[in-house]
Amino acid sequence: MSKKTEVIINVALIGALFLVLFLLEQNLPSTHMLFTVLKKGAIYALVAVSMNLLNGFTGLFSLGQAGFMLVGAYTYGVLTIPVADRANVYMYFDGGLIQFALHPIIAIILAGALAALFAYLIGLPVLRLKSDYLAIATLGFAEIIRAIFQWDQLGPITNGSNLLRNYPSYKSVLFYFAASGVCIALIVMLINSTYGRAFKAIRDDEVAAEAMGINLAHHKRIAFVVSSFFAGVSGALLAMYQTSVQAAMFKSAMTYEILLIVVIGGIGSVTGSCISSFLFIILSEWLLRFLDTETYIGDFHVPLLRSGFRKVVFAVIIMIIVLFFRQGIMGTREFSVRSIYNKITGKSRKKEEGGAAS
Amino acid sequence: MSEKKREEVLKIDHMTMQFGGVVAVDDLNLVVRQGEIVSLIGPNGAGKTTAFNVVTGVYPPTNGAVYFNGREIVENHPRGKMKKLYNGEHAEDYTKTLAPTPDKITKLGIARTFQNIRLFKSQTVFENILIAEHMRRSSNLFTATLHLNAAEEKGMRSEAERLLGILGLEDVRDEMATSLPYGKQRRVEIARALATKPSLLLLDEPAAGMNPQETKELTEFIGQIRDDFQLTIFMIEHHMDLVMEISDRVYVLDFGKLIANGTPEEVQNDPHVISAYLGVQEEG
Repeated sequence: MSKKTEVIINVALIGALFLVLFLLEQNLPSTHMLFTVLKKGAIYALVAVSMNLLNGFTGLFSLGQAGFMLVGAYTYGVLTIPVADRANVYMYFDGGLIQFALHPIIAIILAGALAALFAYLIGLPVLRLKSDYLAIATLGFAEIIRAIFQWDQLGPITNGSNLLRNYPSYKSVLFYFAASGVCIALIVMLINSTYGRAFKAIRDDEVAAEAMGINLAHHKRIAFVVSSFFAGVSGALLAMYQTSVQAAMFKSAMTYEILLIVVIGGIGSVTGSCISSFLFIILSEWLLRFLDTETYIGDFHVPLLRSGFRKVVFAVIIMIIVLFFRQGIMGTREFSVRSIYNKITGKSRKKEEGGAAS
Repeated sequence: MSEKKREEVLKIDHMTMQFGGVVAVDDLNLVVRQGEIVSLIGPNGAGKTTAFNVVTGVYPPTNGAVYFNGREIVENHPRGKMKKLYNGEHAEDYTKTLAPTPDKITKLGIARTFQNIRLFKSQTVFENILIAEHMRRSSNLFTATLHLNAAEEKGMRSEAERLLGILGLEDVRDEMATSLPYGKQRRVEIARALATKPSLLLLDEPAAGMNPQETKELTEFIGQIRDDFQLTIFMIEHHMDLVMEISDRVYVLDFGKLIANGTPEEVQNDPHVISAYLGVQEEG
């Protein structure tokens, strides 16, 4: 299969996906559960891939993702609330300090940029740490960010611990897929570039990477900042999807959810993260909802089913995955048109490359 | 001797490395000249690898300096607390520090291999070698991500491809680096070091764990790359056959101290070396 046909097939598949989504939106009520799941799935796919860039491709075990999402979500909310609505939203803070509103797209990009700036500053001390210590420090910083954003003294900007709401948001599932898709494509392009190779070298062996002329501090910082940029963007998308945002929702539990998605999908696989993100959201938001509601079949009270049982089931699932399927769904492999084609025709990658050379 | 006239590529000047109370390298002076193959030998724990690590910037020396092509690349003449800690001879000399990170040393043209092979395990042989091209990039994060550096990328690949060809590794190009037999992995590691285009190559026990046949092949390989790439080679080795066959000069370390240096023959017959390293000769 030539590179050209591969590109054509990929473009056609993406086109078909958007067409299907478009038709679904025309024919199903917009409140249908499917759209909730697809929107949230797309957002979580982006943040999972951004976390995978750090954890899976650069080998930096960071747990700060929820903190950077919070920065992104707040940036988006604060910058886009229409001036007319500000008095209402910031009712405890005299309408707040900021008296302008930006276009949503610009605000999304700024959301990423501010999260990246936070990441740069946090990275200065934190990236000197390794493995578990880095995880603890980033987790701590994420909590600190949350506490600061809830601080009353910053109320004129962040609205303290009150909700941010009334900002504009796109309702169409197409927008979420497009935004998330573009960002994931950028991350994949980064991974496939010479910088991506340097990241993988650092993941495999820091000492050897440094001996190959790779500046460790510089590259770790790049990975951390880029990952946080996209976490910020996904935070903005999440704010948009939820139509209101509050610092209290970006707890460390959110980071663990994302980590769960990354681990289930396969640490080091972009497509794995995307697939498992949709799987996770479909299960937790839709199919496994029944676990949280008390159920009676006739007079029989089904045992165990009550609020919170869903979390127990997920805990069991993650234990099973960590114990028996450590590679996750995809391991470090990627799902692509070429890999399917090769599987169908029974060609190994090596043969194909040999064939191309001759 | 004509060797005296050759340029000094590497000069280690009064290098001392202390880890707490342990003096791993004690006032080491040595010189490696253009085009030479120089070996550093000594019993286990003599401080050979420590000396390598100081030269390549893994840690700064407690005292002393390293010169590369006449230019100072590493220096530490301690002051303050470090001065108190360091109680060697040259404590009063200067107070100056120069401690570049290993990647900067590599960029200057010193490449190294490791005692326990450190290949990038999730990557193929080709990708292992391709990584060396990263440090010569002219693209930045944005141009690289958006693939605006297609010409450069192509150049990187063809350069790595060319090196594979020269070193006879094309047949394992797409193998996972760590799935290769041990001897081949060593070769790939040397190839990867060569991909950084060094003028000085540091080999840390290149023949460790090899059988006599592999060692013989490696001996030829090292001689060959020295000529092909116009290298200067400084190596740590335990295999005496290898050391004696290809070294121009040999330095012997014992407990961090230099106990002898000279041609392989001179060193072999040095009484200090015989007692410290090759074993005390039994009398009668």
